[in-house]
Amino acid sequence: MTLGLTLGEISSRLQSELPGCQVELVTNGSPSAQNSLLIDRQHGLEAARLLRDELQLDYCSNATAVDWPQYLEMVYHLFSIEKKEGPVVIRLRTANRTDDVTLPSLTPVWRSAEFQEREAFDLYGIVFAGHPDLRRILMWEGFTDHPMRKDYVPPPEDEP
Amino acid sequence: MTELATSEIMEISMGPQHPSTHGVFRMDVRLDGERVVSLKPVFGYLHRNHEKIAENGSYLAAIPYTDRLDYLCSMTNNWGYALTVEKLAGLAVPERAEYIRVIVAELTRLQNHAGMAGFLLQDMGASGTPLMYAYRERERVLDLFESLSGARMMCNYMRFGGVRVDCTAEWLRQAADLVSDFKGFLDEFEQLLTGNEILMARTQGVGVLPRDLAINAGVTGPGLRASGVNYDIRKVDHYGVYDRFTFRVPLGEHGDVFDRYMMRTLEMRESLKILEQAFRDIPAGPIMDPKARLRGLRPKAGEAYARVESPKGELGFYLISDGTPNPYRYRVRPPSLINLTVLEDMCLGHNIADVVVILGSIDIVMGEVDR
Repeated sequence: MTLGLTLGEISSRLQSELPGCQVELVTNGSPSAQNSLLIDRQHGLEAARLLRDELQLDYCSNATAVDWPQYLEMVYHLFSIEKKEGPVVIRLRTANRTDDVTLPSLTPVWRSAEFQEREAFDLYGIVFAGHPDLRRILMWEGFTDHPMRKDYVPPPEDEP
Repeated sequence: MTELATSEIMEISMGPQHPSTHGVFRMDVRLDGERVVSLKPVFGYLHRNHEKIAENGSYLAAIPYTDRLDYLCSMTNNWGYALTVEKLAGLAVPERAEYIRVIVAELTRLQNHAGMAGFLLQDMGASGTPLMYAYRERERVLDLFESLSGARMMCNYMRFGGVRVDCTAEWLRQAADLVSDFKGFLDEFEQLLTGNEILMARTQGVGVLPRDLAINAGVTGPGLRASGVNYDIRKVDHYGVYDRFTFRVPLGEHGDVFDRYMMRTLEMRESLKILEQAFRDIPAGPIMDPKARLRGLRPKAGEAYARVESPKGELGFYLISDGTPNPYRYRVRPPSLINLTVLEDMCLGHNIADVVVILGSIDIVMGEVDR
């Protein structure tokens, strides 16, 4: 329960207010019981706006990427500073890991995602549509790979 | 007809070796005269892919690496990570260990905030004296950490399910002595600084961070509260045993550098209150959950996010377990990095000399920013 709503209720709210928006409840088997909502990427930005403006999830604390065998995933941990509640966890998934890795940027909704999405772009190779300043953040310009991916192979050490 | 003088935009690369950038941090600053017209932070000089290292090791092996995130505050880093693993694996923490955690975390806050205030004054040109006084007190905290954990800064002290070694009655007595002396230090420090005309002139109205921007940009910790937002994770989440202590959350009114400085001094006084209560109430008993398996921990598949109020702000850890002995995903939510999101907004229109003060008031550690 957050904000007086269960995740199921938040999910049906999203689906009724955003026609065509697909939301799926992702359950979590650990004792933390932090379940999350998987939102389809076409409606990610609109859903984020609704969560911020109507459910008072005014604070996006953590935004990070996960590399799964079939796709890349963004996970956002949302809190309400106004109501002192949270987290509500939302996830967005790419179509695959290779050529269709675009997700909507949520930086226009929560600026706290700005550097964190740049980090996901840099280390995981997720491309954020609508990000104001999508550049590498930790690796240097001219670096081509994405070191946090599970199949990343570091170059052989060239110095003894 | 006289021509108006036109000024050219000058680009300056400030850092990464500039002493005021608190480590290897660089800002690409564009200046019109002395006025900042744009400022882009550049990161990565201290990047070692901490998250990948942790994903390649066991749950236990990540603890000493967390020391090196915010290397001034290893105790709170340990706590954030231990708390997340406890949530992920469903481990309980004995009472005594919870109290010891509170004690070392608040001592960490004292030495961090004292150091931050000292460095801020150093950045303003008060060479030596304030920083030396602050570090004199910090030294006593580090001596305590050394006698407890064996290390002054890289304490590697907490474990999921408790803490590594118990503290003695003598150690608690020394810590209580430190706390009663610290009040005198704070009074002296504030008498020297808080009403100082130069400090006020350099900090009041400088680097103002509006309340709504602070929330939207994910600023946390003293920087958020200086903008008047009542949000302290010790009060919101009540992690550990923080619900048993009486303390207040100081709030600022203007969100400027002066308020951010004041937050630190006021929070130190609140930390002293928490410490006194903890020394009074700490129970005897075990310090580790007997069910906690440190080596070969394999949490059930699932995930957990947990966070603590570190001296810099919200330090969060996000772990995904796939049932194997090492985490599938290990993520640090670094307050120092995210607090820098609004650096440009705070600096625009100010003089280049103010940039140094504004950056100092955010309180960053590059070990955590770059990871």
